[in-house]
Amino acid sequence: MLEINNLHCELEEDSEVKILRGVSLSVKPGEVHAIMGPNGSGKSTLSYVLSGRDGYEVTEGSATLEGADLLEMEPEERAAAGLFLAFQYPVEIPGVGNMTFLRTAVNAQRKARGQDELSAGEFLKLVRAKARELQIDAEMLKRPVNVGFSGGEKKRNEILQMAMLEPKMCVLDETDSGLDVDAMKLVSDGVNALRDAGRSFLVITHYQRLLNHIKPDVVHIMSEGRIIKTGGPELALEVEENGYGDLLAEAAS
Amino acid sequence: MIPRAKLKAQKVDAAGALLDGVALPEGGAWITRARKAARERVLEMGLPVKRDEYWKYTDPRRLTDAGAAPAALHDTQGEAPVFGQIDRVKLVFVDGVFDPQASDAMDLAGVEICTLAQAGESDLHWARDLYGTLEARGQRPVERSLASLNTAQAREGLLIRVTAKAEKPISIIYHRSSAEADAMVHHLVRVEAGAEATILENGPLAARFNQVMEVDIADGATLHHVRAQGRDHERAGVAHLFARLGARSQLKSFTLTANGALIRNEAVVWLDGAEGSAHLAGATVGDGAFHHDDTVYITHGAPRCESRQVFKKVLRHGAVGVFQGKILVDQIAQLTDGYQISQSLLLDEDAQFLAKPELEIYADDVKCSHGSTSGEIDPVQLFYLRARGLSEDTAKLLLVLAFLAEALDEIEDAGLAEDLRDRLEAWLARRA
Ligand SMILES: Nc1ncnc2c1ncn2[C@@H]1O[C@H](COP(=O)(O)OP(=O)(O)O)[C@@H](O)[C@H]1O
Ligand SMILES: [Mg+2]
Repeated sequence: MLEINNLHCELEEDSEVKILRGVSLSVKPGEVHAIMGPNGSGKSTLSYVLSGRDGYEVTEGSATLEGADLLEMEPEERAAAGLFLAFQYPVEIPGVGNMTFLRTAVNAQRKARGQDELSAGEFLKLVRAKARELQIDAEMLKRPVNVGFSGGEKKRNEILQMAMLEPKMCVLDETDSGLDVDAMKLVSDGVNALRDAGRSFLVITHYQRLLNHIKPDVVHIMSEGRIIKTGGPELALEVEENGYGDLLAEAAS
Repeated sequence: MIPRAKLKAQKVDAAGALLDGVALPEGGAWITRARKAARERVLEMGLPVKRDEYWKYTDPRRLTDAGAAPAALHDTQGEAPVFGQIDRVKLVFVDGVFDPQASDAMDLAGVEICTLAQAGESDLHWARDLYGTLEARGQRPVERSLASLNTAQAREGLLIRVTAKAEKPISIIYHRSSAEADAMVHHLVRVEAGAEATILENGPLAARFNQVMEVDIADGATLHHVRAQGRDHERAGVAHLFARLGARSQLKSFTLTANGALIRNEAVVWLDGAEGSAHLAGATVGDGAFHHDDTVYITHGAPRCESRQVFKKVLRHGAVGVFQGKILVDQIAQLTDGYQISQSLLLDEDAQFLAKPELEIYADDVKCSHGSTSGEIDPVQLFYLRARGLSEDTAKLLLVLAFLAEALDEIEDAGLAEDLRDRLEAWLARRA
């Protein structure tokens, strides 16, 4: 599904700032991979480079989604190809209604994939059903995108978008941060409901607790722009118990 | 630096030359008196020039030249007409001349309507007392001689007197048929105590237009004014809205402008009675050879009044937007609540926004705020939308509409606001 090979990037405006220094990983269809790592290790940057945000210069390596070169595509083409990024910091857009935004996004992607656009009625039915599962009320759908939303509401809104867009490859960047136990459960249930043999997940998290709910197949530890260790779910538990210290020291030696 | 006296002489000479040998329109005694007085005002003040402080950002030459420069007619084929879905009384002007055949009957309960030509010959007291009066009052402290020129020379216009709550909007529609028409239109509106009406205006009017609307809103009365100024690119025009508000009365005026080589919209408002409320808003989209100027002057002349100005401009490809907005608070106008915001969204580096917000306050217990900003599309918002699959153009369109939404939200009637929003979206989508 997602193949990342020796990916290097630096800041576009300052080539001295090298952030990714050779990331490689391979996510198969239906798999859930977790990326853990200390703050500043480059996890969000990886998600941005995959989704096509400006400001980063890829200097080496490749990233493909089902064989297609992601790095050559515009952000919207990546989305249409099936990539979805749940943002660490969902963006507030005053003046754009959440519903308008969702409908425009869903139909833009359907069009790009050669599917018929959803009618207003079909869309409304679908969004209401999915919102109910995530306990997003109608009031929240009417408001401008993420404006005045609590941290938890923003994260649930990201998952709602994901559920509506039905991507193949979902990248979740710290979707657990700022969530209380109940909200974490809601969000995880939302994610688990989407798990499917043809859909893969890359779950970026700082803490192990999210991985109790969304069980990963593979866990990667990232530090200073590299994957320094890859293992099974037990690796997450090791981090939980001992912190990153030992792993980092081990990698340095 | 040209000395003041010399500048004044130039302005006066230009007015003399423009009016030399030009007869006043035919009309009855009272209107002729008003026109003569206005003509005197023009000759005394002279015509505006770029060196006038009040015209610093906008060159008035195209408005003061002897004739109109031709302006191609915009082809509206296939576009849904503005206010097309709204039930209204339609009054149509073609090149600034009233067209009774194309208009609905002037028949609306609680509203008396006639044309300026009809009024000049009859003895309508309210019109006689209003025509040219507010325009003349508006010449202090800043001269607006193009409006006096209009009072003197306009033959066309509507007189609208509202005596009750009008059940549907009065919709003035300006079509064009000639590439060169030079139009002057002068409307009078009197909303009697406790009455309420909505006046809609839409269309490009003429290759060049000089429009005045004098509005007298009596105690407890309400006027909604929603205007869409058409889309023809090469037009030039100036519109003056003079409005006087009585106690507890309300004015809400909104203008949408898309395109125009030179459009200046002036609004001059007097809050004469306590607890009056005046809201002025504008949404502007300009692309290329476009110069748009909103000049607003609000005088708080009574206590506990509220005024609000919300002006938004989206500019690109060299388009220029100007905002001059003043709030003057007289000494007796305690507990004034004045708010003003002017913002521009510059879609590229060639576009320009010039703003001059001004507060002049003589009362000590007031709340007044103003702000002006210029910015570009937020790259983070743009990326967020694109990451959800919106094309760059669609994402920008949404963000532009979002930027303008705050001004459109000033329109009280949701149906009218929606209509304009849809038109705007369609226009912008075409040009993306
Ligand atoms: N736009 C940027 N400008 C400056 N520094 C950046 C930028 N983006 C990322 N960085 C730097 O790159 C490193 C990795 O950041 P990030 O990817 O956000 O890490 P993580 O998500 O793992 O906490 C940090 O040192 C951060 O300061
Ligand atoms: Mg991060």
